[in-house]
Amino acid sequence: MTCHPLESESIEILREAVAGAAKPVMLYSIGKDSSVMLHLARKAFYPATPPFPLLHVDTTWKFKEMYLHRARMVAESGLTLITHTNAAGLAAGITPFTHGSSHYTDVMKTEALKQALDLHGFDVVFGGARRDEETSRAKERIFSIRSSGHRWDPRRQRPELWQTYNTRIRAGESLRVFPLSNWTEPDIWRYIQQEQIPVVPLYFAKERPVVRRSGAWIQVDDERFPLAPGEAPQLRMVRFRTLGCYPLTGALESEATTLEAILDETLRARTSERQGRLIDSDQVGSMEKKKWEGYF
Amino acid sequence: MGRVFLMGQEQLGPGVPLPEPSRERPPLRFITCGSVDDGKSTLIGRLLHESKAIFEDHAAALASDSQRYGTQGGELDFALLVDGLQAEREQGITIDVAYRFFATDKGRFIVADTPGHEQYTRNMATGASTADLAILLVDARKGLLVQTRRHTRIVAMMGIRHLVLAVNKMDLVTFDEGQFLDIVAAFRQFSRPFSFTSIQAIPLDARDGDNVALPSARTPWYSGPTLLDHLEALDLGPTNALAAFRMPVQWVNRAGPDFRGLCGRVAQGTVRQGDPVQILPSGATSRVREIVVWRGSQELAGVGESITLTLEDELDVGRGDLIVSLETPPTVADQFEARLLWMGEQPLVAGRPYLFKLHSKEVPGTVSTIRHLEDVDTGAHLAARSMGLNEIGIVNLSLQQPIGFEPYSSNRTLGGFIMIDKLTCETVGAGMLEFALRRAANLHWQTLEVGMQARAELKHQTPRCIWFTGLSGAGKSTLANLLEQRLHSEGRHTYLLDGDNVRLGLNRDLGFTEADRVENIRRVAEVAKLMVDAGLIVMVAFISPYRSERRMARGLFSAGEFIEVFVDTPIEVCERRDPKGLYAKARRGELKNFTGIDSGYEAPESAEVHLRPATDSPESCVELILHKLG
Repeated sequence: MTCHPLESESIEILREAVAGAAKPVMLYSIGKDSSVMLHLARKAFYPATPPFPLLHVDTTWKFKEMYLHRARMVAESGLTLITHTNAAGLAAGITPFTHGSSHYTDVMKTEALKQALDLHGFDVVFGGARRDEETSRAKERIFSIRSSGHRWDPRRQRPELWQTYNTRIRAGESLRVFPLSNWTEPDIWRYIQQEQIPVVPLYFAKERPVVRRSGAWIQVDDERFPLAPGEAPQLRMVRFRTLGCYPLTGALESEATTLEAILDETLRARTSERQGRLIDSDQVGSMEKKKWEGYF
Repeated sequence: MGRVFLMGQEQLGPGVPLPEPSRERPPLRFITCGSVDDGKSTLIGRLLHESKAIFEDHAAALASDSQRYGTQGGELDFALLVDGLQAEREQGITIDVAYRFFATDKGRFIVADTPGHEQYTRNMATGASTADLAILLVDARKGLLVQTRRHTRIVAMMGIRHLVLAVNKMDLVTFDEGQFLDIVAAFRQFSRPFSFTSIQAIPLDARDGDNVALPSARTPWYSGPTLLDHLEALDLGPTNALAAFRMPVQWVNRAGPDFRGLCGRVAQGTVRQGDPVQILPSGATSRVREIVVWRGSQELAGVGESITLTLEDELDVGRGDLIVSLETPPTVADQFEARLLWMGEQPLVAGRPYLFKLHSKEVPGTVSTIRHLEDVDTGAHLAARSMGLNEIGIVNLSLQQPIGFEPYSSNRTLGGFIMIDKLTCETVGAGMLEFALRRAANLHWQTLEVGMQARAELKHQTPRCIWFTGLSGAGKSTLANLLEQRLHSEGRHTYLLDGDNVRLGLNRDLGFTEADRVENIRRVAEVAKLMVDAGLIVMVAFISPYRSERRMARGLFSAGEFIEVFVDTPIEVCERRDPKGLYAKARRGELKNFTGIDSGYEAPESAEVHLRPATDSPESCVELILHKLG
C-alpha cells in the first residue's frame, strides 16, 4: 500500500472542483508542475479520461522541445487541447525582445489567458501554482475566487476550512483551483521520480547553445534570437529549473543528467526556482500585482 | 542544524532528502497565534531560517524589504517573509493566513501564520481547521492577555489537541525563571477546562533564536526540548485509522457502460476488498468488489487515501452519500446541536435558509434556534437572537435531508461544516456538529390514507399556492380578493391568507425586524402548504420582501404548485395611495423597519406572473393570473 498524502489531497481537490463546476479546464503550461498536475488528474478520474480539456496559453515563444512534449502528452492522455494566442498582440509585433518582460507578459500571457477564458466561458480553471513559490501565492486559497474581469482581491478571500471547499460562484465569477498548493519543489521532483512522469528534456543537463543576457544563460532556441554583431552562441552544459518563454528563462550550469541528480541539486539549491524567471522581480510585490490583474 | 549564517557556504539548501517518499507520515501542520506584538511572524521567520528554508534570493529580497518596510530599525525583519501582501507590509500586520513549508532531517512541516486581530478571527479559524498543533505566543513581560485567552478558546474549539506555550522575548525579562514559571502556572490553570492532550511550555527569544533550534545558554534552568526538537518528536496519538470505515462519495465515475466507481477520500478507518458496507442515508447494503487505483487495484485502503470503489450490487449512490462499515454505521440525522463561528458580514438570522456543506454533501437548511452565544474572552453564555461577524454560539440546525455524520470532536472531516449564503455564494459560517437532536430514523412523515390527490379530486380542482409579493399599498390584497371572488364564483375551493389578518392572530408575537419577518413568512408558508395539501387553492398576500424567504416558501411545494405573483407598483404610486396612512407614519419616523423606506425590498427575478396595477386595470391583472392557472 502506498499512501502519498499530498497525492491524495490533490486528487480530492480535483474531484471536488469538477463536481462543482459547469465548465472546467486545466491550464497546461508544459512544465514540471503541469506534468504532475496532469498526472494527478488522470489518476483522479481513472479509468475515465479527465472530464475537461487542457488550455495552453501560447505566446509562440516557448522552447521547441516544449511543443514536442505537449504533442506527446496530449496524444498519451487523450485529453483535448485548446491553445490560445493573443492575436492582437502578435499582430502588433510584441515580443520579449522588443517590449520588455513586463509589458510582454501582460499582453501575451495575462491578456491572452483572460481572452481564452472569456471566449470559452470556463468557470473553474486548474492551475499548477504552489504556495512555496512566492509570498503572495503563500497567501492564496486552494479554491480562489475571481470576480468578473478575472481580478483577485486578496482582502476578499473566502475563509477555507478543513477540506470543505465552497465551489459556489455567482454569474460572471470564476474559480482558480490549485491542486498543488501544498507541494514543494522537492516534492514535485520526488513524485516525478516515483511515478516516472515524463517531463520536457530541457530539465536535464545537456550541451546547449547559449548566450549571456542580464547575468543569465539564455538558450538560442531559434533564428528569432537577435544576436549582437559578431556574437555566436557558445555550447555549455546547462539545464533549466523552470520553463517558460525561452528568451525570458535562464539556464543554470549543471551536470545533472538524471532525476536523482536533479533532486539532489534541488535539495542543495540555495536560490529559489523563480529566480530563473525574469518576470517576477521587476518590482516589489510584482506577482501580487499580476495576480490582481488576472495572471495565474 | 543550528548554523545561522544566511549566506554560509557550508550549509545545505532548503529541505533534506527523505528516505522513502511514498511511505512517509504526512507533514505536521501547525499554526502560530498570540497577541499582535508577541512576535508570531518573527518566530516563523526564525524557524524557516534555522531549517535552511530561506533561499538566497529571498534573503536578499528580505534585506531590501527590511530597509523599506521593516520594523527592526533596518535589521532583518523576519515578519516580512510571511507578510507577503502589500497591504500587510505597509500596515505592518498580518491580515490573512500564509502557509509556509520547511523540513529538517526528522520531519516536514506546514505552518500557517494566522492573524491575531479580532476582526480576522475567521482567517485564524481557517488556519486552525487543518492544524495538528498550535504555538501560542506570550510576551514574557505581559503574560496572559485577553487575546491569549481568546486564541486558546478558538484553538480548542477548532479541535487542536496539542499546544506549545511559547513564552517569547525572554531577553526583555533578563531570562528570569520565576517570570516564566508564573506565566506557565497561570496558563495551566486557565487551560484546564479545554483538556489539551499536550502542553509544552518553552522560554524563547525568537529574534535571536534562543531555544528555537539550539538550547540557549541564557536559560540554564530550562531542561526541556527546544521548539524544533519538540515539533520533530511530537506524537499526535491515535489517529482515525483504527476507527470504523467511513468515506464520503465525491464523484461517481462512469468510465463505461459497465463501470460505476464511487470516488472519495477515506475519512476514517480502512476498507478491504470484500468488506460489507452500507450506504447512508439510504441504508442500502453491499460488498466492496474492487478498490480501483491508477492502472490497477489494491486490496486495502486506509485513512487519508483517495480511492475509487466498486460494489457488488447496483445501488443508487450519489455524491454526498457516505459509504460506511456495515457493522458500526454512524448516526444519521437532520437536526443537530452545533457550535458555530459566524463569518458573514450580514448577521445570521435564525430561520433563514442557507446552504450547508458537510464533507461532500450540500444540503439546504436553517439555524432553527440560537441557544446562546459564547463570549470568546471569558466563555460566558450570552442570550442572543442573531449572530454577528466573528461571534461564536451554540445553535440548533435543521437540514432538509438527513445526513450521516460523526461528532466534530471525533472526526473533523465528518463533523465540520460550512454555511453558504445562497445569493452571494459567500462562506458565512463554520460549524462543528456536536450531536444529533433527533435521529432521522425516528422521524417519518405520517403517511395518511387519504392524500392530497384524493382531496383535490373530490373538489375537481388542482390545488395551488398563489403568492402575491410587493410593497405595502401595491394592491396585493385588492387583487387577491378579486381573484378569490372569481374562483369562488366558478365553484373553486379557496382561501386567502392576508398579511395583516395573520399578524393579528397566528403571528401576533412577531414584530418587523429582519428575524421576525423571516419567521412571519416561514409560518405562513407552512400554513399555506397544509391548505394546499387539504386540496385548496390558497392565495397569500404578504409583502414578503426577501428573495431567500420566497424561495424557501417555494421549496415547500412541488413543481408547478407555487405561483409567484409580483405586484409591481412603483413606490411613488404606493406612497401617494397610502391606503392605511403607513407611509406617512414611516416618513415621520413613527414606524420603524418599513419596507421601501428604511427596510429593503428585493424584487422577484423570475416570478410566474408580473403585474403592473399602476397602468393595467385590476380585472386585466386577474385575467393574467387566471390564464397562468389554466
